[in-house]
Amino acid sequence: MTLPTKQLDPLDNPRMRKIIDDTIAEYGDQNGALMVVLNHIQERIGFITKAMQAYIAKNLNVPVSKVHGVVSFYSFFTTEPRGKHVVKFCIGTACYVGGVSQLIDKAKQVLGVEPGQTTPDGLITLEVCRCVGACSQAPVVVVDDTNRGRVKPSQFGKILTDIQKSEAAA
Amino acid sequence: MKTVRSMVLVSHDEKSKASSSQEVIDAFNQAIKDFGLVDEVAVATIPEIGTIRTLPLVVIYPEASIYAPVRPEDVPFLVEEHLYKGREVPALKVKDPDTMRKAAWLTQRKGSLPAESRIVLRNVGKIDPESIDEFFAYEGGQAFATALQMTPELVVQVIKESGLRGRGGAGFPAGIKWDAVRKAPGKKKYVICNADESEPGTFKDRVIMEGDPFSILEAMLIAAYAVGADEGYIYIRGEYQLALERVQKAIQQAREYGVLGKNIFGSGFDFDIHIHAGAGAYICGEETALLESIEGGRGEPRVKPPYPTTHGLWGKPTLINNVETFANIPPIILNGSDWFRSYGTPSSPGTKVYTILGNVNNKGLIEVPMGITLREVINIYGKGLKQGQFKFAQTGGSSGSIIPASLQDTPMDFDSYSKMGVSLGSGALLICDDSNCIVDAVRVLTRFFQVECCGKCVPCRVGTDQTWKILTEISEGRGKMEDIAHLEWLCSGMEGLSNCGLGQTAGTPIRNMLDHFRAELDAHIKLGVCPTGICPMK
Repeated sequence: MTLPTKQLDPLDNPRMRKIIDDTIAEYGDQNGALMVVLNHIQERIGFITKAMQAYIAKNLNVPVSKVHGVVSFYSFFTTEPRGKHVVKFCIGTACYVGGVSQLIDKAKQVLGVEPGQTTPDGLITLEVCRCVGACSQAPVVVVDDTNRGRVKPSQFGKILTDIQKSEAAA
Repeated sequence: MKTVRSMVLVSHDEKSKASSSQEVIDAFNQAIKDFGLVDEVAVATIPEIGTIRTLPLVVIYPEASIYAPVRPEDVPFLVEEHLYKGREVPALKVKDPDTMRKAAWLTQRKGSLPAESRIVLRNVGKIDPESIDEFFAYEGGQAFATALQMTPELVVQVIKESGLRGRGGAGFPAGIKWDAVRKAPGKKKYVICNADESEPGTFKDRVIMEGDPFSILEAMLIAAYAVGADEGYIYIRGEYQLALERVQKAIQQAREYGVLGKNIFGSGFDFDIHIHAGAGAYICGEETALLESIEGGRGEPRVKPPYPTTHGLWGKPTLINNVETFANIPPIILNGSDWFRSYGTPSSPGTKVYTILGNVNNKGLIEVPMGITLREVINIYGKGLKQGQFKFAQTGGSSGSIIPASLQDTPMDFDSYSKMGVSLGSGALLICDDSNCIVDAVRVLTRFFQVECCGKCVPCRVGTDQTWKILTEISEGRGKMEDIAHLEWLCSGMEGLSNCGLGQTAGTPIRNMLDHFRAELDAHIKLGVCPTGICPMK
């Protein structure tokens, strides 16, 4: 994946490092702390690099292999930064029957990237996700944290222009 | 919520419409209003009734009386006699033997109302899920107070007698599990609510947690009191952000009111609940994988036995139940096991929450007594198919079965289904019409297992991958006849040798396809044709 500008590891960024330290200080003592700490860091920073994994391992006093094992096991954890906006396609059975494959094809065609990739300008990352439990609305597209139900391939362009508009306004 | 005492179903398919069924529906609504029965009688339509000569057809429950043909001018008399005075109208009842035979399935539910019976969803949509005061106003907390007056042994006894079976998919009797945890040695015990509802197509637990989170807390309190636990966890999947927030708020309010914490209600009983958010792994719904995940590791299932009832979270005896199972507990404690057994079938008492999806007109969530048939679900609640004929239904997310049309009159309960070699699963009913290809559907399901397999044991890791590859070959027109034997061999390997439920059920859709849709599969392999035109068949 290419990034628009070279990014520093969050550990080298004092603000982000403080987030990591605070999270470890807050949750590090409880039973099963590793998952809780990783969940919070993923949510607040957006990704967990290898350097961060080693740092967390050291501070929680667990082997790096265990931290990496957990990060690579759960689909919520990512090791690379995502685009500014994430567009996820639900690939649950109901959405499949509802025609999500056509939506994914449409997205690939419009944005020129595959699910799992980010557009070259770093604006949009396409992803597939597991059933979001909104099956009566199939097919579902999750834009950032909002579910959009009963999306037709012809409406997909509208979702993208909405994102671009909100960017232009900001 | 008003209790509907009778339900009127009017056939409303294309042919019925031609026989002025719309006027009949309007006449019913008008007459019901005239007699002041609006709160007591519900009118609904059945869109698919089959080829019946005498139309429109009207069924009135709970008597399951079938009237046909009904003309709009008959309606006021029918409403007055049957619904207002309570006696059937023999003159209007169906006479044509052919119609009687074809509509026989409608009389199966005689004596019970095909309207929903809400036990699990009793408060959903009725109370403010963010206000514990409203929960208390609707009998909330009374079941726990009742349980505190009983001995723990007696609470377990009531749950055992109720015959409640786990609603997560396997249908294990809840009372036996509770008893095992209660009898397990050790002072420290845990109660865990499994809210990692990852089966695609299932969202019953989400609705319960978002609509009535307090009932789950109450049920966990009762369970903790019964088994002697003082700490609980709710494992909620990370995708369910709103459910997470609602349950969090509920726990906070319960703590403020002293319903959670030390010395609850001055009884000397302590209990507190923590929330654990999942991070996106299907396998964590498996109980021992869930435990591993709470302990902070990779969600890989443990080898059983020992079971969590004796060696669970951090090696301590642990009770794990599904959200829906827990939601059944307070009403059982309040109303007794006999009341609970009055719903459903003898071997599977109670109600079940189903999610209806796929090619039906009306998608969504229903709670009905156990033992209803698929045909009723599709035609009465799903309001019929959008187009075409019913081909198969996929139950229970991914780990359920594929139910062919030939089994649509089998009562949906744990035992009747297992006798037919299929399973009920977690309650998702994906209804597929004849435009769906069975090979494609099974390939997608297998792909799901291949992605979600944790990789710990070989039969599942290799089996899901191989079956998916073979099915992909078949769907692309490169299938060979020996693939069928190979699939069978792989399925029996996965079923018999896998460590956990995922691997053991991963072959079920393939088996169902081999048993019931062999001709369609053969067409793919021998003729190189996908009859529905869905598979690419390069």
